[in-house]
Amino acid sequence: MVAANMVANMKLRARLKADAASGAVTEVKLLISHVMETGRRKDDLNQLIPAHFIQLLTATLNGKPVLEAQWGTGVAKNPYLTFHVKGAKLGDIINVTWHDNLGQTESAEVAVVQELTP
Amino acid sequence: MQRRNFLTFLLGGATALLVIPLQVLSAVWNRAAFETTKLDEATKNLSIDNEIVSLDIQIIAPDKAENGAVVPVEVRSHIANTEAIAILVEKNPTPLIANFMFSHGAEPFVVTRIKMAETDDIKIIVKAGNQYFTNSKNIIVLENGCG
Repeated sequence: MVAANMVANMKLRARLKADAASGAVTEVKLLISHVMETGRRKDDLNQLIPAHFIQLLTATLNGKPVLEAQWGTGVAKNPYLTFHVKGAKLGDIINVTWHDNLGQTESAEVAVVQELTP
Repeated sequence: MQRRNFLTFLLGGATALLVIPLQVLSAVWNRAAFETTKLDEATKNLSIDNEIVSLDIQIIAPDKAENGAVVPVEVRSHIANTEAIAILVEKNPTPLIANFMFSHGAEPFVVTRIKMAETDDIKIIVKAGNQYFTNSKNIIVLENGCG
């Protein structure tokens, strides 16, 4: 279905915070293009739009799990997420993968980079 | 697919790899907790009992949301050994919004955006070991975001 054009639809950044006081925290930010339909909305013809939402999102650091998120329909459309990981080094790999209720899935991977100093 | 069919499929299995991720997902996702329309049913299905109110759970969110479809929420737990942060809104059609589980150096911190049907509290429940802690923040919602 839409899987083909969803490949590049997750934006993912992982930045090692320059601030030493933060104890070498890597900030991971991601933005996913996804309808997050609740199954309760109706279209112009008054037909229910079927539920279509991400149920599971997992993140790994160099292959080790760091975050598992289970979601319901209450996460906003085009989900946005920030989380923090300690102990990551420059060049380490963050992978994020999601699965939705219709069996669609997407993965993205980035290397940890230094946060730009202002 | 029924469990029995899945097992049969696994036994039969040359192309089982293609199917496993979906099955793993359905085994992992807490359907009962996410699909219930009642807050106490949701918490029960998350095995949560006896929540202790804690101001060590920091919630940053607007006091007033123009549009309930996109309400930004930031949560940080200062409770030692926090393993999970759940976000719930009682008056939403399905109160459980998300459950975040942290491991291997992930900090008990998350920023995301949620939907809110009407003015209500955002309720956070933190799991730390065998204990559960809670805090909440009221948000005035001007426009229903749950469709």
